[in-house]
Amino acid sequence: MKFSLGPSLFFWPKTDVEQFYQQAKQSSADVIYLGETVCSKRRELKAKDWLALGRELAHDTNKQIVISTMTLLESPAEIVTLKKLCDNGDLLVEANDLSAVQIMHDLNMPFVAGPAINCYNLSTLKVLLKQGMMRWLMPVELSGDWLKAILTQASDENIREKFECEVFSWGYLPLAYSARCFTARSEDRPKDDCQYCCINYPQGRKMNSREGEQVFVLNGIQTMSAYQYNLINEVTQLSEMGVDIVRISSDSEQAFTQLEKFKQQLLTPSTHLLDPLNECNGFWHKIAGMSVA
Amino acid sequence: MELLCPAGNLPALKTAIDNGADAVYIGLKDDTNARHFAGLNFNDGKLAKGADYVHQRGKKLHVAINTFAHADGEARWKKAVDNAVAIGTDALIIADLGVLDYAATKYPDIERHVSVQASTTNLEAIKFFKNNFDVQRVVLPRVLSVQQVRQLAKTSPVPLEVFAFGSLCIMAEGRCYLSSYMTGESPNTVGACSPAKYVRWQETEQGLESRLNNVLIDRYQADENAGYPTLCKGRFDVDGDVYHALEEPTSLNTLELIPELMAMGIVSVKIEGRQRSPAYVEQVAKTWRMALDRCKQNPDNFSVDGAWMQTLANLSEGSQTTLGAYHRKWQ
Repeated sequence: MKFSLGPSLFFWPKTDVEQFYQQAKQSSADVIYLGETVCSKRRELKAKDWLALGRELAHDTNKQIVISTMTLLESPAEIVTLKKLCDNGDLLVEANDLSAVQIMHDLNMPFVAGPAINCYNLSTLKVLLKQGMMRWLMPVELSGDWLKAILTQASDENIREKFECEVFSWGYLPLAYSARCFTARSEDRPKDDCQYCCINYPQGRKMNSREGEQVFVLNGIQTMSAYQYNLINEVTQLSEMGVDIVRISSDSEQAFTQLEKFKQQLLTPSTHLLDPLNECNGFWHKIAGMSVA
Repeated sequence: MELLCPAGNLPALKTAIDNGADAVYIGLKDDTNARHFAGLNFNDGKLAKGADYVHQRGKKLHVAINTFAHADGEARWKKAVDNAVAIGTDALIIADLGVLDYAATKYPDIERHVSVQASTTNLEAIKFFKNNFDVQRVVLPRVLSVQQVRQLAKTSPVPLEVFAFGSLCIMAEGRCYLSSYMTGESPNTVGACSPAKYVRWQETEQGLESRLNNVLIDRYQADENAGYPTLCKGRFDVDGDVYHALEEPTSLNTLELIPELMAMGIVSVKIEGRQRSPAYVEQVAKTWRMALDRCKQNPDNFSVDGAWMQTLANLSEGSQTTLGAYHRKWQ
């Protein structure tokens, strides 16, 4: 089983991004995803910068480098950028919207179907395979049993070898996307005058209940889980199910430590107690996502 | 431009047709549709009766099969398609790619509409649905501004339907897991957001509290109107500021956009609310019928009647309405 660093879902200054990926270079990750998936106004790195960074990483390491693309695309300009990223010539692309699937299919290039592509069953998976999908991440709200059912059906139909399966296993979960920017709203600004304020919140902005319970993280137009999803206790199960890649979502604090913890867990499994005030694994166990099974 | 009204049961369906709907959309009595609520929707017998009522009056019926098929239950979604076709539906509203594939292959002559739950917001995504499933209509999510809708309408190879009135979902539909994060159940998997069985009301010293699966969604003072605790419409605390961090309890109302939507060539305006009463359907259908007819007669001098706005506001969440994402400032 391999390990990946998912794209950072946050907005960081360019120097911080570069620093992060210098560290990623030295890390034990097998696959590195990079690129802007949340908001096209985040332009500390433009499309060409992400591609240049991706190529540098591909050149300097023997890791697989994947360019992740936007999830909610609303304007023709965003599609132009998306096409640039998709038609990059050498780097693999993660599609997070069906527009990217369409473009990759037109280019006759394989792609990764990211967690924001709604693939809930084998029939859908087959549609995506026909388009050129080579790797699949299920939607984050689905459970281990749900995944197992699809993988078993794929084996029964002799198509399991046609795709790799990756599972979002650690980090703040991307849960929703809106036209509205909630970070700008939190500073009492409209989106058109957001002043790129996401950059002041490298791990997003916590949204708590009035009793102080952490509920969500506001990350621009994206809403995330306030608790970090953590499937460390399920690593052995993931491996036994035939999951090919475990994804650690990039953040500014713990991603590299968690990566090592997960790798260690595969070698020498032990039981980790999750902190129910900061961590969750409910989705995997088919209960409320924010809870710990 | 078609007026497409919701119907959660046979009386609502009849009311919608009798009050000016050109078409109604309905769901079956299971988790294959995104308004899977107790006591709502159509069993096979009611489905056939509904279809007859609509067709005898020369109107159209759309059946929404717009949740995502479960890994171990795909047959249920396929059967829903079979049943809808069997009673003579005019269109299938589908979100799941596998279900669309099934419908396109087995019933190529029945119209397929891409559900709002498929979150299709741009030209390339529309092309994807056109190329793979030869769809006849795309329902746009409530995340685009009027300018963006206009741009898309100019270039789309597929006719577009937009949401015109009703509860405002502020997230890109079909891509929101907030409800399952809090309760384990989401629109995509069970066909309901913030399901009623997780709702709890409690009178406390600090005021009336609404909870969803025990998470405090809002707390009301005596002079405040309490609304259903849809989780994105509560008051939360962001670094000490308590406010509607995501959205206020409000409904979408686009009466004033009618001339623009008509000019763009939008084929259908959709009213949200299959979970609402026949009385709601009657008021909304009647009002929208008047507005559409008035605009058709004289699009250049169309103005919104104050009485229409009042009627619709009274039917809205928190008695207030918004243009939502259609209006850039809302975003």
